[in-house]
Parts: sequence; structure tokens; C-alpha cells
Amino acid sequence: MTTPILSTHALTGGYGDFQALFGIDLHLDKGEVISLIGANGAGKSTFLKSIFGLLPVAPDMVRFEGTPVGGTPAHQMVRKGISMVPEGRRLFTGMTVEENMRVAIDNARMSEAEGPWSRDRLFQLFPILKEKRRQPIENLSGGQQQMVAISRALLCQPKVLLCDEISLGLAPKVIREIYAVLPEISAAGTSIVLVEQDVSLAREASHRLYCMLEGRITLAGASHDISREAIAAAYFGAA
Amino acid sequence: MQWLDAIIQGVLLGGMYAQYALGMALMFGVMRIVNIAHGDVMILLSLTVITLAGVLPLGNIGLIVVIVPIAVLLGWVLQKFILNKVVGADPLPSLIATFGLSIALQNLMLEVWSADTRSLPNSGIASASFELGGIYMGVLPVLVLICAIVLTFGLDMVLRTSRFGRGLRAAAADTEAAAMTGVDPKRIYAIATAIAVGILGLAAVFAALRATVSPSDGSAQLIYAFEAVIIGGMGSLWGAFLGAMVLGVAQAIGLRIDPGLGILFGHLVFLAVLATRPEGIMARKK
Repeated sequence: MTTPILSTHALTGGYGDFQALFGIDLHLDKGEVISLIGANGAGKSTFLKSIFGLLPVAPDMVRFEGTPVGGTPAHQMVRKGISMVPEGRRLFTGMTVEENMRVAIDNARMSEAEGPWSRDRLFQLFPILKEKRRQPIENLSGGQQQMVAISRALLCQPKVLLCDEISLGLAPKVIREIYAVLPEISAAGTSIVLVEQDVSLAREASHRLYCMLEGRITLAGASHDISREAIAAAYFGAA
Repeated sequence: MQWLDAIIQGVLLGGMYAQYALGMALMFGVMRIVNIAHGDVMILLSLTVITLAGVLPLGNIGLIVVIVPIAVLLGWVLQKFILNKVVGADPLPSLIATFGLSIALQNLMLEVWSADTRSLPNSGIASASFELGGIYMGVLPVLVLICAIVLTFGLDMVLRTSRFGRGLRAAAADTEAAAMTGVDPKRIYAIATAIAVGILGLAAVFAALRATVSPSDGSAQLIYAFEAVIIGGMGSLWGAFLGAMVLGVAQAIGLRIDPGLGILFGHLVFLAVLATRPEGIMARKK
């Protein structure tokens, strides 16, 4: 069995005295896309933040390419090869589209020329961004901002991309546009963790699926084998 | 003619305030750290320069070459060991920490240097002047103004075009998102404060050449720096420069009306700007 690129081991965590995660075991293999679904407050975003060093966890709880990395600060995680599209996009206001991208290029694991992702490639993927490259980020629509957020994360040249609710608050047409680029990201050798509330979207886009409920994994399996009934039971808790 | 003279002298005075304000614009305007000890750090550097001048046979240029690296180091230490522990979305912890630092510094300076006023020995430059079209200008104030313009221009370029500048603006906009993009906010902040205090090192030499300094003078410089940044608009370096000019001119005009009115006039103009354009003169339109 090969070592997963990213795995968590009995991961617990939360905010101060409030515990939100109760022993999460999850693994992501190289080149794989997994999705993590669950209702509001299930702990999905807390889980991503815990992996990414934004919340305190013990070193052994998170392993990256087999090495314990739990609790490493986020900016060092980027150097190791993990990057994140945060919930709500969190772009740098007061800066242009291209400046937002350049912050990632400045701090990436490898240069734009060495890595799989460059501004030119992203401008091909999202042509509208090329047009708006000199515009302040505030002038863009929600969908365009999401494209910038994804571009920014990719320009860190990640081995693992964490996506936190990238469909949230966007029109269905825009969501389709954004999800259409996931196969290309995957083809570039990047493994992806998708956090989604939209169950059918998550099933279609991923190889495997985990369902969370109240800080625990309640279901795990190949996305296309799991029945809707099983998901419903895991998502809402068996009655 | 008398008023033209007042305006020119005001602009020259503004050059000095601009040097105080630049570091403040970087820390308060961009990083949102309220550094109450800003003026006291400047006075500390001034007094250090005066003591250095007494023991080392350095010219004014030599003093600048010595004090600026000391100031840069001081700024870096200040951010690394004090301010980085209190920065965050809430401005209150940094305000309280630097308020305490301000009091500690003032008392430390009283202990070391006593309450006497001191200045750098006059090397000729402080009293040299030249005439231009019937108006006399001091060589030193003109030099101060030129330095302020060069510094503002340089720092603005750094912020807009360098890797460090982008990282700082990103961290100021959203610290957590900047960390997710590989920026180490604490390292960037330490460099920024080192630059801000480094500029104060230069200002400290000019301040000690231009007039006297004593350990309790810091708070007045702090107020001028704050006012310049707020008049100009948060986050804009040229705004802070312009704010310093407005403050200098207002004080010079007030002084011409009545010698007791100068400083009050500056504060009145500050209040007028707060009342009519609280976002500052050069604030970016949203």
C-alpha cells in the first residue's frame, strides 16, 4: 500500500475550550479527489483549518507524504505543498487581480516556470481574468472572485488543494464553470479535498466521499457506490 | 508676501512632520497597529544621537549612518518581541502595549538623560540660509523636505511594486488569508516596523539639529504624526505626506496671526478635516 499524500489520524480539535472534531481519520491518495460533505456546523471548515495549521493540533494528527506536520503554521504548509481556497474567498482587497495572484507566486513552493501553474495557463482557463487583470478585486463579480481565489491557491503550486465551499453563493451556471476546471487541476497531478454542502455536486466531482456529522465521520466510500439513502442517513443522523 | 512666506515656511515645517508621519502611515495606516510610543522612540533616537555626537567624532552624515541601522534594529526588536504578540483584528492590545511602552521609555529617558533639553552642536547647517525671490529659506529645512519627498517616493514604490510590499498589503488586508498564501505575516510586520523606525532614526538626527529635544517631547510628535496620517487618509503614504504639509502650513499661518496660535491652528484644521472628510484627503474612493 502506498503512503497517502495527506492523512489525518484521530484528529481532534476546535476553538479554545469548544471541541468541534472528535477523532477524524481520513486519507487522500495522490491524484485523488475526495469530497467532504455535511450540514452546517458539522465541522468541515474546522477540519480544513486544523489540517492547514490555522488551528492547533498535535503533530501526529496530520501527516503529509507520511511525515507528521500537524500544527505547522499555514505559511510553512504552503512551502510543503498544501494550499487552500478559503470559504468566502478572502481575497486581498485594495489590490488588483494580478497583484492577488503575484502574492501567491512570490511565496510559492517553486517558480511559475518550474511549476505546473502559471498566470498564462490560468488566464486560458479563466479568460475573463485576463481581461480584468488590472482591476481592483472589489470590481469583480462573486464568480470571478472565486476564479481569482482558485488561481491564487494554484499559483502556490500545491500538491494538495483544499477547497472550502467553492460553490457557496454562486449562480448554478458559474458553479458549473468552476467545477469544469477541477479535472484539469487533477490532471496536473494535484490531489483535491472538496468541502461541499451540495451533495450531488460533491458526488459527481469526486472519487471518494466522506460525510461528517457533529464532528465525526459518519460515512466513507467510493462516491458512485454510495446510495442516496446512505448519504441521507449519514448527513442528518440515523433516526 | 508675508503670507507666501508663511506658506513656504509651513511647507518646510511639513517636511519634518512628514518624516514623523511616514513610519506612522506604514504602521497605523497599513498595518493598523496603533503605536503610542512612536514619538518617544523618535526622542530616544534623538537623545542617543546627541550622546553619540559627544563621544564619537562623527559629522552629521556619520551620525545618520550610525543611527539608522540602530533604529532599524530597534524597530525589528520592537515588532518581533512586543508588537507581534499583540497584533490582530483588535487594535486595543497594541494600543495598550505601546501606551505602556511609551510611559516606560519616557521614564527610562528621564533616568538616563534627565529632563534637560539638548540638541546637536550647531555645525553651521542649522543656521545656514539662502534667499530666493525675496524669501529666506533655511538650508536644513529644505534638506529635510527633500529627504521626506525622496523617502515617501521610495517607500511608495516599495509598497506598490516589491514582493515585500505586496506581502505587507496582503497581510494588512487579511492576515489569515495572507498566511494561507504563504506569507509569514509576523516576518513581514517585523520588516515593516524596522523600516518605520529606521525612518525615525533619520528624523531624529534632523530633529536634534533643528531644535532641542527632551524626554517628554515624544507625545507632541506622536500627535503630529497621527494628525498627518488621518488628514491624508489611512493607508496612503502620499496622503500622509500631504497631511503633514497641511499641518505645517496651518501651523505657520496660525503663527503669523499670533505667535500663540500656531499649534492650535494645526489642531483646528485637523478637526475641520475630521468633520468634513473623515476618510482623509487622499482616501481611495470605494
